[in-house]
Amino acid sequence: MTTEPAALNQWYTLGACKDFGQGASARRLLGENLSVTRQGERFIVSASGRFLPVKTDFGHLWTSLGTPARGLFDMPEVKEVDRRHIYCGAVTVRASGLRLVENFLDLAHFPYVHSDILGIEDKPEVAKYEVEQRREVDELWATKCEFFQPKAAAASAGGQISQYMYRVVTPFNVILYKTSPNAPNRWDVIALFVQPVEPDLSIAHPFMLMIDETSSDAELIGFQQMIFLQDKIVLENQRPRLLPLQPGRETPTRADLSSVLYRRWLKEKELTYGTEERSDRVA
Amino acid sequence: MSLKLHDYVLSAECYAVRLMLSLCRLKYERVAVDAYPGNAEAPVLFDSDTDTELHDAGIILTYLAREYDIQWMPQEHGQAVARWLAFAATDLATLSAARRIATLGAPGDLAMAVKTGRAALRVLEDALTDQSLSGQDWLVWEKPSIADIAVFPAVALSHDSGVGHEDYPAINLWQRRVRKLRGFVGMPGVPDYF
Repeated sequence: MTTEPAALNQWYTLGACKDFGQGASARRLLGENLSVTRQGERFIVSASGRFLPVKTDFGHLWTSLGTPARGLFDMPEVKEVDRRHIYCGAVTVRASGLRLVENFLDLAHFPYVHSDILGIEDKPEVAKYEVEQRREVDELWATKCEFFQPKAAAASAGGQISQYMYRVVTPFNVILYKTSPNAPNRWDVIALFVQPVEPDLSIAHPFMLMIDETSSDAELIGFQQMIFLQDKIVLENQRPRLLPLQPGRETPTRADLSSVLYRRWLKEKELTYGTEERSDRVA
Repeated sequence: MSLKLHDYVLSAECYAVRLMLSLCRLKYERVAVDAYPGNAEAPVLFDSDTDTELHDAGIILTYLAREYDIQWMPQEHGQAVARWLAFAATDLATLSAARRIATLGAPGDLAMAVKTGRAALRVLEDALTDQSLSGQDWLVWEKPSIADIAVFPAVALSHDSGVGHEDYPAINLWQRRVRKLRGFVGMPGVPDYF
């Protein structure tokens, strides 16, 4: 288990509440074995005989191995009654959880990894977008992102210029707001909750709050799982496996602005779980 | 003609059917069902022209070949084809199970499934080597058949459960040939390019 406060003092999901059967089940977080006991709608999480804090917000089970300085982040859309809550299952990826979040933030890979779905190779340009660190809530935001997408969502009939906003709420949790094909003045919400199991092994829990009356749950889940498995191949073949924070290890371009800010934010937090060991710092 | 497929995008068995439909240039309606975390059954093929409903990838491939493109079902090699369909449904099923455990957190013993899966790959490797010694590129004769299409998905997707193809040169060559077939389509985990 890690002893790093920046990693320990965070909330992490262990999965959708509905996926836990009654009684005891085993989970793993930050290299530590956890025991989850469900009694009705009540959850008890413990590690080596120690009881851990529990939350059940957004239909997910949350815990922490340390003492989080703040409560869980807010996701007000969860209360909007016309949204469908889609739990997309859990996908295991042999990569650092930080790599998963960074990949989720990246627009430039759409035409190549999600060809003819989230982008086309003829239109690979990432238009300028804005990034900011909102200090009062300690979140990263990337706004005014635009991308041409031939099939932006399960409900898309044809191509569209999709607008995106990204919101990184904790190092391992990120939320995407995206033009809804069904309600042009509102956003579909796609959250990616990452459960870091080991520094280079993670479980992704995608969760969507969609405005979509036509697609079936199976279509929405299938669409999101397909996108995820396309990412998985790339993520598992990235080297180094852990996210490098040392200057010069990977060279960003203008399109990678959100990842530049993300890495800077991780450094500021002194988070090292899932990052590559640095040789430019004296311990 | 109107074909409808109950399809789960990540399933190796559904992929076998999608691949076959594409190779035969058959149009079909795709209905997404949730096989995991849900428990929906997939693949299921409905053919309203013949009022048929078919379950199981091997049976669907056989039906499509018989009904729409007989070159995929060489009659004189029927027994060999049947043997490979059974191989895909049993021995290779452990690779599919390993994949569900490794990628989607399904319950099961990953190490055991991988071990059995590797044994199946060894059988396939030996068979393909034998075939190449007698100058044949494919599993049952000189042309591709539904046997190749039934076996290909679980093999191509074994990376998802951490089973690489380094030890299987004949399988690698055969996979390249499958990928070059006219009408080949990929899926997440099996890129269209190679």
